[in-house]
Order: sequence, then C-alpha cells, then structure tokens
Amino acid sequence: MEDFEKRALSGWGRTAPTVSRVAAPKTAEDVVDALRRVDERGVIARGLGRSYGDPAQNAGGLVIDMTGVDRIHSVDADSGLAVVDAGVSLDRLMRAALPFGLWVPVLPGTRQVTVGGAIGSDIHGKNHHSAGSFGNHVRSMELLLADGSVRTLTPDGPESDLFWATVGGMGLTGIVLRATLALKHTESAYFVVDTDRTADFDETLALFSNGSDAGYDYSMAWFDSINTDGRLGRAVFSRGSLARYDELPKKYRKAPLKFDAPQLLTLPDVFPNGLANKLTFRMLGEAWFRKAPKQARGQVQNLTGFYHPLDMFGEWNRAYGTNGFLQYQFLIPFDRQDELRSMVRQMAAAGHVSFLNVFKRMGEGNRAPLSFPRPGWTITVDFPIVPGLDAFCADLDRQVLDAGGRLYLAKDSRTAPEVFRRMYPGLDEWRKVRHSVDPDGLFSSDQSRRLGLL
Amino acid sequence: MINAVGTPQSLLLLGGTSEIGLAIAERYAGRGPLSVTLAARPSARLDTAADHLRSLGATVRTLPFDALDLDSHPKLIAEAFADGDVDLTVVAFGLLGDAEQLWQDHAAGVEIAQVNYTAPVSLGIALADRLRAQGHGSVVALSSVAGERVRRSNFVYGSTKAGFDGFYLGLGEALRPHGVHVTVVRPGFVKTKMTEGLKPAPLATTPQKVAEVVESAVRSRKDLVWAPAPWRLVMSALRHVPRPIFRKLPI
Repeated sequence: MEDFEKRALSGWGRTAPTVSRVAAPKTAEDVVDALRRVDERGVIARGLGRSYGDPAQNAGGLVIDMTGVDRIHSVDADSGLAVVDAGVSLDRLMRAALPFGLWVPVLPGTRQVTVGGAIGSDIHGKNHHSAGSFGNHVRSMELLLADGSVRTLTPDGPESDLFWATVGGMGLTGIVLRATLALKHTESAYFVVDTDRTADFDETLALFSNGSDAGYDYSMAWFDSINTDGRLGRAVFSRGSLARYDELPKKYRKAPLKFDAPQLLTLPDVFPNGLANKLTFRMLGEAWFRKAPKQARGQVQNLTGFYHPLDMFGEWNRAYGTNGFLQYQFLIPFDRQDELRSMVRQMAAAGHVSFLNVFKRMGEGNRAPLSFPRPGWTITVDFPIVPGLDAFCADLDRQVLDAGGRLYLAKDSRTAPEVFRRMYPGLDEWRKVRHSVDPDGLFSSDQSRRLGLL
Repeated sequence: MINAVGTPQSLLLLGGTSEIGLAIAERYAGRGPLSVTLAARPSARLDTAADHLRSLGATVRTLPFDALDLDSHPKLIAEAFADGDVDLTVVAFGLLGDAEQLWQDHAAGVEIAQVNYTAPVSLGIALADRLRAQGHGSVVALSSVAGERVRRSNFVYGSTKAGFDGFYLGLGEALRPHGVHVTVVRPGFVKTKMTEGLKPAPLATTPQKVAEVVESAVRSRKDLVWAPAPWRLVMSALRHVPRPIFRKLPI
C-alpha cells in the first residue's frame, strides 16, 4: 500500500505549520482503514481547517481529512432530524435543509466548518444565549475509537460521559463518523434585525445589560478597539431573530427559504505582511462604524448581511500576509466588568491592532468538560503576528485567569499548558474519560502536544 | 511545539556554554514552560549556565558533548530527543583560533576544520533524521559573515564557516518538505569570550542583540538573517569586489 501524501498544514491563522501524512477517505470504511496505519505519532481528524491554531494538524503523524466523508443521509421535515456524515459542511447542510423549512441551529462566524469540527470544538454562534452550543443539538453520534470499534453515543445514554467528552474534545476521543442533528423549524431564511450604535464602552455594556438581549434570538456587537480616546469600546449592535413569513417584505415572499448568501470575491494570496496596521484598521473601523445606522428597527437582512459579513470575502485570512495572525477569544463572568473594561483599554493602548472585534453575552453552558461557553462576556479580537505579541497575550491570559475566565480551544494557538489547565477545572475528568477509550494516546494533535492535554 | 507567536517549549543547545546560544535560551525562558538541554563539555561554566537558566524558570538538563568525538554524535542526539520533541535546536559551538597559526600549524588547522565544519555536519545529519520524523521544529545555525566571502586575514576560520553555512542552508532546503525549518544566522563581530582581546570591528554587536535577531527569524521562519542587519548590504557589496582590489582592502 502506498503511503499517504505528506503535506504542510496550519490553521486559519496560518501560523506554526507542520507536516503530516494526510489521508483523504471517502467513506467511513476508508477512515477505519486509515486508522490502522497510524504510527507512534498518532492521528487526528481534520475538517475544513477553520480553527485558528493547531488542533487539526499532527506533526510527523497522520491527519485524516474528513471532508470527503460527506453524505447527507436523511433530512426529516417533520421531526427536524438530519443524519449526516462528519465531513458535511454547515454550508451544505444549510442548503440541503432550507427547502424543508429547517435551519442549522448553531452557526459560527463562518459556514465553512464540518459537522465533525462543530462537535469537536462545540462551536457557538450569535444565538448562544438563546440556543446554547452545537453539542446541545446533537441527538446521537457514531464515534470511531482507538481500538477500531464504533460506538453510538447519545447525550443521556449509558455512555453519555464519552458523548460529552467528545463534544468540545477537539477530536481527541476518537473520530466522529456520523451524527444526528436536531434542526430548527423556520419560515424563512431571513432575519428581522435591529441595529444600535453606542458611543463608548459604558453605553455598550449598559445596552447589553438592560435585558433587551432577551428579545432577540441572535445578538452580538462589533466594537472599536483602536481609538484610545472616549470612543474606545463604542459598538455597533446587530441583533435579530429569524423572520416569520408574515414579517417578510413582498419581494422575499416568493422564495422565503431561498439560500441567500452572496460572495463578492476570493482574496488572492498577495498581501504583504504589515498591511494590517493601525492606520488601515482605523480607516476600516471608522467606515464600518459609520456605515451602520445610529438606530434601525425591523430591517430584513439576508444571512450574509446579518450573520456572515466576512464570508463575502473568500480566504480573507490572506489579508494578514504570510506571518499570519491569531484570534484571541476569552470569556469572563458577568460580574467582572471592571476587568473587562481594563482589558479592552489595554488592547487599544498596546498597539496590537485588531479589526474584527466581537463582543457578546454568553448563556448557560453544557455538560461537556472542555466546552468553552459559560455565562459571561466573551470578546474576540484578531491580532497580526508581530514582535511583543507573545508577552502581551500572556499578560491577557493571566488577567483572564484571575477573573475566573477562560480561552477557547478552537481559537487558541499559543497559550501555556498550566494556564489552560487552570481555566478548565473539568480537564482531569475529561482526561479520565478519554484515557478509558484511548489509553495509548493514539489520537493526538499539535495542540494536544503543546498544551499537554492527554 | 513552537506556538503561533514563535515561542518554543523545548530547546537544544549544541554548544551549551555558547554565549549567543545562552542569550537565546534566556530570551525564551520565563515566557512559558521551557525545557532546555545544554550539550557541552562538563565544566563549572556549564553548571553556572544551567543554574542561571533554572533561576529564570526553565527546566534544564545537561548532556556531555565532545565535538571531536564524531562517533558519539548520533547517540547524543538520540538522548536529546529521549524526553520528547525538540522544538528549537541551536548549533552554537565553534572555535576562532589564531588566524596566522591556523594555516601554518597542521594540528591546529585540522582541529578547527573538524570542530567548525565536520562536527556540525555530523550532528546535522543525526538531527535531520529525528526532525524529519517529528514533522516540525526549527534549527538555528550560527554561521558568520566571515564565511560569506573568505578573506586572507582569517581564511581558515572563514573557510570552515563557508562550509558550515552552505551545509545548513542546503539542509534547510532538504528538510523544508518535512516541516522542519532551518535559519542560518550570520553575525558579524560579537563581543564574547571568543573575541576577548580582539579589537571590535565595525557593526560590533552583543549576544543579546543576536538573540533578538534569532527570535524574530524563528517567529517568521526566515532562512537567512544577518546580525546586525546592515551586514547584508556590506557583504553583498564586498562579494562583488574584484580580487585585486579585495586583496588591498584593510579587512
């Protein structure tokens, strides 16, 4: 049997590439075959590579590219249940489910993620406060274990511990082959959206805290982290819910379930390092802020406009140049607003510029020990890789930790093992479950090595 | 693993008492957990260096290393990898010697050739084998501007560095498809024990400054860097000077 092709892989941030053998199976049987050809460097499954750091690469070992295992087995319009292979992207699932009036219940900032990846990262979206994370909508899954056997797991069945260790488990318990998802019924593919602009960080916090969020299924704010004056923390709130048929304007009523998500262009890989700087970001940020109305009510928007503005630009990570970037997402409890304010101030003052600044209130978490969401504030910023970023982020880590907060594994590309361990008190419990099905550490990734997860 | 901001978790220093090598280790120590292996001839200086790195928060172990004992090199590299992956290896040992003695004293000339060229090749090959298997890692090879165009005034040393430089640049190309990155660093005059008593040349620098250049090169995965950077311009000019004129230059 010829060996698998060797390839350099990195995450969406394009940092720290390493080389692995990459298998590209087409069926679940192929995946089982590939698993037999693992050496001591282990194996990890990879989806569409949208995690920012190193969880879907495995230096010197085997990576199983799951995107070829992508059959949609069934979509049931009445029950809302969809049975899909792990390599199916949320984009494809959405296109397939919409004609039945079904909506993917949890969408992250991009639809270009696989179902397997969505489970492994236990992704969340703008509706976390109303719908929870992806794992909450998985009714069952088939998990290929290190010994080659396949288990069917459910959230409250006899092996629910393994189910929840797999949700948010970054692929380290086994390989999800297939999942049954509970989709949400919808009358349209459009959103009814309210927009609000705030003048500073205090107004931003106040608007998030006044209870108005409960009136929307989807909610987030883009905030200014570049201006260090009074404008720091000013935000554009974009909140809404899926539109009912009777809320649609006439022009959308003909095809209320049409998949309406245009893409303008794919960025070429020609951007120099350093283009992402304070000046360009200040201009972009200003434009973004001004283009939003001061206040608007009941606007009907399509998916791209409301939810995935970045998806208008394919391969947008290239704009950061070959040095790449990292995404820093942290969460801290609601009662630590002072720390939050101080951290936002430090980000603006430090000169590590970020354009994509997302601010959101998170709702209740789930049972999964390594799942990120918990009640609290979450902030997401993008930093181009420049000298000094290391120390700056390490300092932020310490503050997040002191405030009882945490980082998100799907975004992390740099934190230290000890920091991570203290952020996730459930880590030992997760390790125990993982160890019971993979005592030799067959499943491993650059991230698991870097953070000493196993 | 080397993380997204270019910080390694494990570091192997071949030439464990090299001042530049130790300055590199110091730069990374304390940022996160760092385990350092110092490979050098056992000495009080080695112990002091190890203790110093420990005081900065690093986990340190030492391995006895003799550059001239070529047969021992594969075993040394195996031991260095025994505890797990090595993220960053710094090839930092070498001799300078007395330039006039080196081309006239057979034993001295052969020794510097062995230490500065043969031993780095011997270690480089053993290292490549391990790094290829682990699929990641960076190697920093401390070369010298003296190898860029060899001059009469220190041609034996210069020729060993020319060979060293060529080997590690080539090794970098060979290892590239395997996820391993090699950075060749060409410092100019560095104020260290090795150059003690010599008159500092123009653009003289310090081990700490070289370490800064190395850190940035590792982070952005550069193949070749100069320390300080203006050496690149100086040497590209010198490279093209016709021999009759080059001969008369006071360098």
